Amino acid sequence: MSDSEKKKPNRRDFIVTATTAAGAVGVGAVVWPLVDQMNPDASVKALASTEVDISAVEPGQSITVLWRGKPVFIKRRTQDEIDSARDVDLSELKHPEKDEDRAKNPEWLVMLGVCTHLGCVPLTDKGDYGAWFCPCHGSHYDTSGRIRKGPAPTNMEVPKYEFVNSNTIKIG
Amino acid sequence: MSDHEYTPKSKVGKWFNDRLPLLTLANHLTDYPTPKNLNYWWTFGGILTFCLITQIITGIVLGMHYVAHADLAFQSVEHIMRDVNYGWLIRYVHANGASMFFLAVYIHIFRSLYYGSYKSPREVIWIIGMLIYFLMMATAFMGYVLPWGQMSFWGATVITNLFSAIPLVGESITNWLWGGYSVDNPTLTRFFSLHYLFPFLILGLVVLHIWALHVPGNNNPIGIDIKKPSKDTVPFHPYIVIKDAFALLIFLLIFAFFVFFSPNILGHADNYIEANPLVTPAHIVPEWYLLPFYAILRSVPDKLLGVIAMFAAIFVLVILPWLDTSKVRSTVFRPIYKQFYWFLVADVLILGYVGAMPAEGIYLLIARVATAYYFAHFLLILPFLGFKEKTTPLPLSITEPILGGSPDMAMARDNSNYKKNL
Repeated sequence: MSDSEKKKPNRRDFIVTATTAAGAVGVGAVVWPLVDQMNPDASVKALASTEVDISAVEPGQSITVLWRGKPVFIKRRTQDEIDSARDVDLSELKHPEKDEDRAKNPEWLVMLGVCTHLGCVPLTDKGDYGAWFCPCHGSHYDTSGRIRKGPAPTNMEVPKYEFVNSNTIKIG
Repeated sequence: MSDHEYTPKSKVGKWFNDRLPLLTLANHLTDYPTPKNLNYWWTFGGILTFCLITQIITGIVLGMHYVAHADLAFQSVEHIMRDVNYGWLIRYVHANGASMFFLAVYIHIFRSLYYGSYKSPREVIWIIGMLIYFLMMATAFMGYVLPWGQMSFWGATVITNLFSAIPLVGESITNWLWGGYSVDNPTLTRFFSLHYLFPFLILGLVVLHIWALHVPGNNNPIGIDIKKPSKDTVPFHPYIVIKDAFALLIFLLIFAFFVFFSPNILGHADNYIEANPLVTPAHIVPEWYLLPFYAILRSVPDKLLGVIAMFAAIFVLVILPWLDTSKVRSTVFRPIYKQFYWFLVADVLILGYVGAMPAEGIYLLIARVATAYYFAHFLLILPFLGFKEKTTPLPLSITEPILGGSPDMAMARDNSNYKKNL
């Protein structure tokens, strides 16, 4: 075979490429179900929303409910707590978010009670900001659940929720 | 003496060996020429094999009684402890066996570091060893989750959350690992499945580890190349077998002490409280053998960088054969490295200690200094020292310092390259 003939793709090259491509698709089609079976299944996803009765929560009180296996803090804040959360200069924050955006209804703060560092449950009414403190690695959160001090990278997450009526919150 | 010339004496043996040379393999393992100066630090390979087999056997038995379900796991472990015949013994052997396994592996690794066993031509043995070590940590972590106590649950939460530090895909990966949105029943069942699988992967790697060892043969306390077989070697059986057996007996005394007299001293009382996703224990600590890495994780104030530092602490060990530039293997002939070696041992012990303490104040400061020193040892001191250190003269053979002169002239030539490096 001359050099010029070698460079031109011939029928055998075509077969090799086509077989490799078909093989790769086949391997992918077999591997993906084996990988995807580990993702959250239908029964886990079915528990995506939960309704909570909040009629018994007094101002200053906080309740913890379980949603998707994670604790959710529902805090009925006092006026002092709302004020201290809203008076903060955003430039002081590690993860700047307005309290107005985190608590649509200022009296009620709803957020995942999961420290954004490594997933522990922070303690309520503790820490330097009189709000939440994570005992695992020492993250301090303010009355809006925003990270103020410690290793956590972001504020505690606010899940999707809505007020079904004045006494009921639907999370998820 | 050579393996290839072996022929079984019996007719049946010869017939079988011609078809599957298992007897040749057995003969190789029996006659395998071993340096005659191996000390007791060399007995931990055998001890580790024993530990692995113990974990597999006790684990298979526990699997007959354990129920991998979030609602039943905790009860089933108590059932093993109270109802199953000798269940308490088997579980305590398994739980303390994990600690003994790590104790032995740390001695084995530090023996390698002291005598330069990771250096050419034994890099592949070392890397396989590091893979085994990594799989051991993964297996132990998943095993610790199975009793579904508070430490199980929150340890699993903290460790799996390490992956959430990965930018963009972190959350998808943690949800994939959990099979949900938090550590829950799907997490428990997959951990059980993988905890059962991994020891067999380790077993496979152990076979490769030993195979790779038998290509160049054992390193030895003075770290020189030896001619095999020669006056510098003894056959593995009975010399090494009996020495390994004696060391194993001593090791078993310590093992038995933990199992029978303080079976819970290495665990955490919190793990006798059933997992509760609403309450985090005040002080989450991993098992003792993971503490140095935990200290490194916590010493970095940034989440992603902390995770990177922790994995890097393991990865520097993998590339160690290329970080240590010294051609002299044994620390016996490296007076300066010898001091740094003991600094490293102290550094790792300090990291382990502060890993068990709260990450604040003086402990955090110590953890940061110790973390910095850990990386400095591997990335700065070792590469530099290889060029600068003046090593002491190496003997020509193991017998030379005692009998004077090499037992074999060919060997004297073999070691000429070492003389050049002095």
